Amino acid sequence: MSAAAAGTSKAAHGDVAPKKRRGPGALAYLVIYNVVMTAGWLVIAVGLVRAYLARGSYHGLYYSIEKPLKFFQTGAMLEILHCAVGIVPSSVVLTGFQVMSRVFLTWAVTHSVREVQSEDSVLLFVTAWTVTEIIRYSFYTFSLLNHLPFLIKWARYTFFFVLYPMGVTGELLTIYAALPYVQKTGLYSVTLPNKYNFSFDYHSFLILVMISYIPLFPQLYFHMIRQRKKVLGHIEDYSKVE
Amino acid sequence: MSRTTFFEVAVLDANTREQICFLDKVDPYSTIGNIKCLFQKSYPHWYPARQALKLDPKGKILRDEEILLHLPVGTTATMFFIDLGPQLGWTMVFLAEYIGPLLTYLLFYFRVPYIYSHRYASTSSPHPVVTRACACHTFHYVKRMIETIFVHRFTHGTMPLRIIVRNCAYYWGFSAWLAYYINHPLYTPPSYGEIQFNYGLIMFVMCELGNFSIHVTLNNLRGDGIRGRRYPIPTKNPFTWLFLFVSCPNYTYEVGAWVSFSIMTQCLPVAFYTLLGFIQMSIWAKGKHRAYSREFKDYPSLRMAIIPLIL
Repeated sequence: MSAAAAGTSKAAHGDVAPKKRRGPGALAYLVIYNVVMTAGWLVIAVGLVRAYLARGSYHGLYYSIEKPLKFFQTGAMLEILHCAVGIVPSSVVLTGFQVMSRVFLTWAVTHSVREVQSEDSVLLFVTAWTVTEIIRYSFYTFSLLNHLPFLIKWARYTFFFVLYPMGVTGELLTIYAALPYVQKTGLYSVTLPNKYNFSFDYHSFLILVMISYIPLFPQLYFHMIRQRKKVLGHIEDYSKVE
Repeated sequence: MSRTTFFEVAVLDANTREQICFLDKVDPYSTIGNIKCLFQKSYPHWYPARQALKLDPKGKILRDEEILLHLPVGTTATMFFIDLGPQLGWTMVFLAEYIGPLLTYLLFYFRVPYIYSHRYASTSSPHPVVTRACACHTFHYVKRMIETIFVHRFTHGTMPLRIIVRNCAYYWGFSAWLAYYINHPLYTPPSYGEIQFNYGLIMFVMCELGNFSIHVTLNNLRGDGIRGRRYPIPTKNPFTWLFLFVSCPNYTYEVGAWVSFSIMTQCLPVAFYTLLGFIQMSIWAKGKHRAYSREFKDYPSLRMAIIPLIL
């Protein structure tokens, strides 16, 4: 559900031009940040395409973009800081939740369970994330510069219809694929007895995570639909550039 | 013989702005509370605690004590109504929240069947620590329930239902989680044995006494009503001397009790629960501290919110 949900926090506050309660320094930083992230995800996109053309098949494309994916997805954690400091008017909790769920999938599932890295489901969510993030970060960049092309705004509030379920499917299938390996190796699990009287079963935890998609996915999806109506509702009076 | 001008009150729904009730011959010295009772006559299921009345749909909720005559309204007053949803009195709320941990812990202590593996059903732990920990936990919640009934006096009458559900889930869930580990057949007693447990126990008892002392002290403050408010100060009871250093020593002692319980049981889930409680109580303490500092110009500057000299 991280796929298009990462767009939700900004969307939740409407897409008015950013209030100038941050200084010009913060604005410059944010523009640079969003440009860098857009570029980073473009690198991942290009990497995927090149690897596909070179190999001629969809399999194992993860390996060709593993490093930039980890770097840029983990780097997105800065966005939590942006909210906490106040230069971005979004909820720290919501942003934190979205970013950490992506980071969780990247590191605690895909990276940690080597056997799932060659699964096609990984390509499914990586593609969904890539397209979503390129659109999202360029949207922020243009918004910050007060020059938002209608196309980007439209794309951001339309592509999610497909990208979101696509990403969720990829994520769920990947977690599901990881389950047998986690159970077999007892990955990240702690059993009793031990000195601190604590136990953790990562396998059960992953199942709980999968179950949590059931209430959360529809909520976020319908939230985006509502945002779309609000933002794109008056398409008729819109010019190309705000 | 004087003529009393009676008021009229039109009650509109705050969302739809439609008139849902019209009260005439309302005594001008009626309070909002009286008006809510009158309103209930037309809508019996909306008991007063559920009603919120405002003079402006986006404005503040009117307090029950406010008198109609003193409000900025003409002889025909227009008020807006909001349904606050089902409410539960605070005493009942707290009892519901505390009965859960009390009973669920005992379920785990007595190893009720289906919790642990088959062969451990209805057995008891070989470790004396486990029994004593159960006694402490039970004592803690019994004390809380007694305080709720006999000591505390609540300002707001009620609390919304969904908040209660959320709070109960938190208390009940966490106590089940930590009771699971402490009463587990594979439980490991504290590394430093009896010494560790006994020190923890002493600290626990001190904190429980301290917490109780503070609650009694705060309760005695309340008697003065709105006017003549004072902030709490240390009394002859040594446990209240913590007021010299913190605004909310009841929270300090509460955290202390859970820290000592963590030490007694050497159980990570207990420590985690303590941490969460500490975070929440710090937020409350900071709020209270700020409120005190703003209200009383002579508020002692040495006092911190919850941890002496630190937080």
